Amino acid sequence: MSADPTPGASGSTAATGPVAPPRTPAASIHNIGYRKYDGERLGRGYAMRSLFVQSLRGAYGLGRSAKSKVLPMVLFGVVLAPSLIMVAIAVATDAKELPAEYTAYPLIMLPLIGLYVAAMAPQSVSRDLRFRTTPLYFSRPIERTDYVIAKYSAMSVALLIFVGTPMLVMYVGGLLAKLGFVDQTKGFALGLVMALVFSVLHAGIGLLVAAVTPRRGFGVAAIIGVLTIPYFATTIMQFIVYDEGSREAVSWLGLASPGTLMDGFQSKFLDGSTDFPGSIVPSNTAGICYLLVIAAVIAGSYLLLNARYRKAGL
Amino acid sequence: MTVIATESLSKRYPRVTALDRLNLGIAPGVTGLVGANGAGKSTLIKILLGLAPATEGSASVLGMDVRVDGARIRERVGYMPEHDCLPPDVSATEFVVHMARMSGLPPTAARERTADTLRHVGLYEERYRPIGGYSTGMKQRVKLAQALVHDPDLVFLDEPTNGLDPVGRDDMLGLIRRVHTDFGISVLVTSHLLGELERTCDHVVIIDGGKLLRSSSTADFTQATATLAVEVTDYAETPATAGSNETPANAEQPANAEHTANAEHTANAEAHEHTANSEQPARLDGAAALREALTAAGLRVAAPGSGEQTLPGAGHLVMVDAADESTYDIVRDTVVELGLGLVRMEQRRHRIAEVFQDDPQSATDPAATDSATTDPATTDPAATEPTAGPTAAGRLTESGGRDDTEGGGSHVR
Repeated sequence: MSADPTPGASGSTAATGPVAPPRTPAASIHNIGYRKYDGERLGRGYAMRSLFVQSLRGAYGLGRSAKSKVLPMVLFGVVLAPSLIMVAIAVATDAKELPAEYTAYPLIMLPLIGLYVAAMAPQSVSRDLRFRTTPLYFSRPIERTDYVIAKYSAMSVALLIFVGTPMLVMYVGGLLAKLGFVDQTKGFALGLVMALVFSVLHAGIGLLVAAVTPRRGFGVAAIIGVLTIPYFATTIMQFIVYDEGSREAVSWLGLASPGTLMDGFQSKFLDGSTDFPGSIVPSNTAGICYLLVIAAVIAGSYLLLNARYRKAGL
Repeated sequence: MTVIATESLSKRYPRVTALDRLNLGIAPGVTGLVGANGAGKSTLIKILLGLAPATEGSASVLGMDVRVDGARIRERVGYMPEHDCLPPDVSATEFVVHMARMSGLPPTAARERTADTLRHVGLYEERYRPIGGYSTGMKQRVKLAQALVHDPDLVFLDEPTNGLDPVGRDDMLGLIRRVHTDFGISVLVTSHLLGELERTCDHVVIIDGGKLLRSSSTADFTQATATLAVEVTDYAETPATAGSNETPANAEQPANAEHTANAEHTANAEAHEHTANSEQPARLDGAAALREALTAAGLRVAAPGSGEQTLPGAGHLVMVDAADESTYDIVRDTVVELGLGLVRMEQRRHRIAEVFQDDPQSATDPAATDSATTDPATTDPAATEPTAGPTAAGRLTESGGRDDTEGGGSHVR
């Protein structure tokens, strides 16, 4: 065994030996020297759009490692599944309407959406803060507000896709099941309004919490905490005051958490059915307060994010 | 043409004054900005990038006013921060492409420029791997690449050699030099290491406490005369002394290893210190003997205790002015005649720090006198402030040797 390979091996080295050296120079890389760039520079607006696109793709793990695609894609699949099932049921049973309203869908999926925000908001902003990449952005044409706007809108659009796609599935399914074009279109339109307000509100809260907790793990926990603990606390309080007979207090309490805020908003303004105890719809005064609080939270998140980046600069 | 111009530029925070009426005019080329930590280097860069408003005074970069044209300046300027700023989970290519687009380059151009720039800074196959696995030197290259990818007219490099080993440091300094010579990009490089800038920069600006201390061309006083550093042993090597001192020398080696170029050298130096200090204190001082002999041979020799000879382990150095080629022969022959061991003989340039040395030394040190006399002529009008005297010398003394292991190890304190 040891005798046989030896002639073969020596033969092969003898064969490759003379061949190999002449090939090496040909394989060298030519240094063509430094080339100046004289092309166009597209400036601030383009840079901001690039950041928006990059952040939006990042929110679904696109353009990043396969590992970081897993979570957003799994969550997206899970949030989509109930809408497909609902459509299947509606088509199979010749139902008169879909099992759930469009506007109620984000509320049914609330824990799942909370999980998605908690996973993706830190990914979007905490990384730049933690690895101190922000000075590289601010030493480029964009301003600090541009950075915040790009990140905020990217997160909002990512959430809108996350919440709106199941609604689209329901709408297409509803039309296929011949549930009435006018009814479905109206419901879908209201659903989209709900999805938009819901997305902007939750994106703002999520990004703000993520931006003040640069450690990603803390950020995830903090966002889940901020989105769920007040929601459960508020719901419990609502049932307590409802049992004690003060119906008006139920809707006022609803202002205290993002989830109940959206519930009251959609039942008051978007024709939705509510999960509030006794299906109480906020009064007109309370309704205006719902709008004001939503606007205040969105504006507040934006302003606080800007303040956060004033400090995080170079 | 000036790349950066400031006029009476001040920046005051509630508690501290970061910049105090700074007047600068920086021409194209490689300019070093030297100052201790907190001297105002970072504040100056921040203002020049248009990110922080100046309290008073004005500044312009590439002919644009920093107050109104911040975004346009940042389009034509690159910035490499001092600290780590790279996300570990993306590859260098992805990251630099993104940064190129953030500078306004269209997608195709961003990709082409990224490939070019990464190759120019010396990153090849590894550029497709996540940055998290890179060495410090490779990370510094990525940081430099992102500052150059949009082909700026000027780059600010904030402490680019921080955290690098001596070889990496030399590579980086060479790269910075090329950024100007090959790429045609002006460079403003900050450092608290005076020694490394003299090799890299055309011009050095020294600020301290937000004030301009000095602004001079490096060529004028570092290349005027060549100096020869000669290190000798106290005695001709005999096997007996070398053998007897081997063990203690090795034991002491780790503590002093950083001062020496190689292990053999360390053993020698330690052996002689040992011999001179404890065992036979009455023996002849080799360096002093050589100094006398060389002076007698007509060479100009620096007085002991001047310049870097105050450094630990530098007592055996003799600094000789190398007039021409024959100096080398004279030194060699003299060393042989005296029966000393020649540890090394290397060429030196004058160092920027010499400019800041006190008068008593320059009186006895011909080299320092030379640079002191040429000095007023080469400084900028703005820099001829009387503050550059004793305070500068006190702050800007060098604490490190100029051995290869130390790189530009001279700290501004």
